[in-house]
Amino acid sequence: MNIADELLKGSRLALSRAITAVENEYDDAVNIMQELYPRTGNAHVIGITGPPGAGKSTLTDKLAKEYRRQGKTVGIIAIDPTSPFSGGAILGDRIRMNELTLDQGVFIRSMGTRGSLGGLSRKTSEAIKILDAFGFDVVLVETVGVGQSEVDIVKTADTTLVVLVPGLGDDIQAIKAGILEIGDVFAINKADHEGVDRLHTELEMMLDLNQTKIAWRPPIQRVIANRGEGISELAEAIEKQIAQSKESGQFIKRRTDRTRTELLSMLDEQVGRFVRKKLSVYGKFDEVVASVEKREKNPYAVVDDIMANILRQ
Amino acid sequence: MEKRVRILVAKPGLDGHDRGAKVVARALRDAGFEVIYTGLRQTPEQIAEAALQEDVNVIALSLLSGAHNHLFPRIVELIREKGMTDVLIIGGGVIPDADIPALKTAGISEVFTPGTSTTTIIDYINANVK
Amino acid sequence: MANESLKLKVAEYTAKVDKASAKFPERKNLEYNRLYTPLDLEGQDYERDLGLPGSYPFTRGVQPTMYRGRFWTMRMYAGFSTAEESNKRYRYLLESGSTGLSCAFDLPTQIGYDSDDIISEGEVGKVGVAIDSLADMEILFDQIDLGKVSTSMTINAPASVLLAMYIAVAEKNGIGPEKLNGTIQNDILKEYAARGTYIFPPKPSMRLITNIFEYCSKNVPNWNTISISGYHIREAGSTAAQEIAFTIADGIAYCEAAIKAGLNVDDFAGRLSFFWNAHNNVLEEVAKFRASRRVWAKVMKERFGATNPKSWMLRVHTQTAGSMLTAQQPENNVVRVALQTAAAVMGGTQSLHTNSKDEALALPTEDSVRVALRTQQIVAYESGLADVVDPLAGSYYVEAMTNQIEAEAWKYIQKIDDIGGAVIAIEQGYIQKEIQDSAYKWQKEVENDQRVIVGVNKFQIEEKPIEGLLRVDASVGELQKKKLADLRAKRDNAAVSAALAKLEAACNDESINLMPVILEAVKTYATLGEICGVMRKVFGEYQAHATL
Repeated sequence: MNIADELLKGSRLALSRAITAVENEYDDAVNIMQELYPRTGNAHVIGITGPPGAGKSTLTDKLAKEYRRQGKTVGIIAIDPTSPFSGGAILGDRIRMNELTLDQGVFIRSMGTRGSLGGLSRKTSEAIKILDAFGFDVVLVETVGVGQSEVDIVKTADTTLVVLVPGLGDDIQAIKAGILEIGDVFAINKADHEGVDRLHTELEMMLDLNQTKIAWRPPIQRVIANRGEGISELAEAIEKQIAQSKESGQFIKRRTDRTRTELLSMLDEQVGRFVRKKLSVYGKFDEVVASVEKREKNPYAVVDDIMANILRQ
Repeated sequence: MEKRVRILVAKPGLDGHDRGAKVVARALRDAGFEVIYTGLRQTPEQIAEAALQEDVNVIALSLLSGAHNHLFPRIVELIREKGMTDVLIIGGGVIPDADIPALKTAGISEVFTPGTSTTTIIDYINANVK
Repeated sequence: MANESLKLKVAEYTAKVDKASAKFPERKNLEYNRLYTPLDLEGQDYERDLGLPGSYPFTRGVQPTMYRGRFWTMRMYAGFSTAEESNKRYRYLLESGSTGLSCAFDLPTQIGYDSDDIISEGEVGKVGVAIDSLADMEILFDQIDLGKVSTSMTINAPASVLLAMYIAVAEKNGIGPEKLNGTIQNDILKEYAARGTYIFPPKPSMRLITNIFEYCSKNVPNWNTISISGYHIREAGSTAAQEIAFTIADGIAYCEAAIKAGLNVDDFAGRLSFFWNAHNNVLEEVAKFRASRRVWAKVMKERFGATNPKSWMLRVHTQTAGSMLTAQQPENNVVRVALQTAAAVMGGTQSLHTNSKDEALALPTEDSVRVALRTQQIVAYESGLADVVDPLAGSYYVEAMTNQIEAEAWKYIQKIDDIGGAVIAIEQGYIQKEIQDSAYKWQKEVENDQRVIVGVNKFQIEEKPIEGLLRVDASVGELQKKKLADLRAKRDNAAVSAALAKLEAACNDESINLMPVILEAVKTYATLGEICGVMRKVFGEYQAHATL
């Protein structure tokens, strides 16, 4: 089948296969993305991040249901860590979203990080584009949630939602330091637990001190995700953030930055691949490595030399 | 990036005995597979739809309640209806030998009964996955 | 001084034997030491740590005479297909010398669905009997004198509904609730942690449980209102110490909930009972039983300040380990069950179910159930194991192991206290993770041949498919559906609606005890699915924690 055509006609199987093609870097992946790209740019991409145990999956589930109530369709990407030892992964976030499985206005895809470190998988942004092209109104991306490394999501999402919970003890300082700057909206989950007031106050104070978000002071919404409390208010806060972001020009600036970054990294990859292919013209590369290791050659000079050689061709 | 085999480990039916499913899920992860675990009490419809969304290569069903003759063939049927013709579907649990031929005819490629080592399952998947 | 000389000799011995045993590496990684001596029991105080049977801390047993008084209750877990079929099996068991009944319910019943619910497809009557309404319950106990028999019901999330049905059946036969004897499992925490047949979230579930405690303490005084179960935790793969630690932590959570609901500890604690697994390692199991009694006695006396000695006693039902039965060479399971029975008896259990040899393959046939029951009778009458109270007391090994398991259990209980109690530890997936780690470790050991399971990874033979297994008639589902349709047509539906509306209002008001309201609904022949449906609507459903 022509995956892109079928996908654009509404085939969920084609949608699923497209993500696989991209994730596994199949030969047709680039073609698929080329066909889909013109159809992207319409979905509101929301990243959901926060420490382990904060209830990200449950919140994702409830938020998706809220958007469904509003009549919007929702694509979900849930990311779990890949074991660095075996390369395998257990992707268990779906378990919290089982009630959404049969809803044809929802599509959930689990992804392993497969060696990527920033809280997303290497192919998350492509997977988002595929869901976007399929026509989902909202794309929710649930990150791995391992403390401070959750930086990639900001570059990928229109809205970054940071989920915190009371009772994380001393870790909270470190976590907060890492996520303060990335959050557009904060949710304090398990708001019926002890310590919620303290966490709320601390967070307010830190956001007040934080100067990087002058145009937008991130709101803090208390929720009890497993009971669905505070979810529609949270969706409202996200709505306001996106409206404000569009008004201030932040929205388009972020997207432009993202496109720039993506173009540059695609270029880097292409150039890298090109250079590697051409390395053979510079003689036996292993011998070069050996002589650099023996300090017979200087690596800086070698690189200059290689580049000059390749460019001269 | 090389292809990773994706496996849905699913528990159809109502029984809550997930020791086997979870041990197998962990063993599959340690063998380098991406394992999607959906938890207890999944209907055949939910399992088939999850398999489609996750584009898995293998579906591993675990059931200890005795409802396999009813539920396993139904899942195969739904998977094929969705056009996923190349998915390998295997089953495990307390399943009497006498039931196995009919399950295989229905499209369950292999049935693993109590005492099967996880290595046997992993080897089977590696040899038969498309 | 004597110890100094012994220490020297033990050191010499160890050095010598270590060298010799290097030749047997596969026997090296066992969990316990090779040899135990008085050195391992230093600091033990007989009266403080062991005492006499029937007195604190009950290490040696909860009754003074134990089996020199009467044997444990031989209680065979049974139930399948329809109420009619199961009633036949119960009467057969009672005629065969079984001294208590133990009801197994099918999965739809355990999860509060009627047989005609779409989700029940294929499951009706499979792992137990299908009970949809009081009408089925009347058939289930037909011609059985509920005033004489003691009945255990493995029912948890909908325990209050099944108990109400039992009370209603008895009442119809002219037997008052004060005359009823038996147990409901009613242990929701281990359902979340290990067994999986939960319905409602923890908070309303704990309310249902404390409502039962309160109702029974006033109306059904001889009923064991909960069977706090380690059995399924062990089946899910835990170690012996984890089994008792997690279960006692659950027990602490129930006590706290009941006390918070305004009950006096001594009013309900005497009706709490426990449920252990009898696993393969005979002596470790005996030590586990002894350790568990000591831990619980201390918890009740010191932590909860219970003053009635009955509140300190850990009374326990036991079942042999189903997960240790093999599908390979199933006749070997008879031997396993015999050893497990020996462990439970030497451990001092109050009642026992023995599994049948064919249970790794299917539900047991009548013949194999008889052998399982005979196993208990042989141990009771022929083996001599039941002739003396706590026969292994004073064994250096068993006493040291008892101490070790107790210490490990306390460590877990402390850890769970630090997390905030068993309910939160389960919600966070801590307990599940510990169990799964142990299960995975066990599996790896079997696969690496570090642990031998006869017939599975050693001493295998070519086997023919086993014949003569019990098969549940596939038409049970249709039969139940028809019975339900008849019932819905015949009963007073206005009365049903009124009772269900009253139940819904009561569910919304936490100050109301739900037991009398459920009893009233049951008597109108409202179905289990209808009653649980109302509660689902008000309470919501539990979402499992994904821990792997």
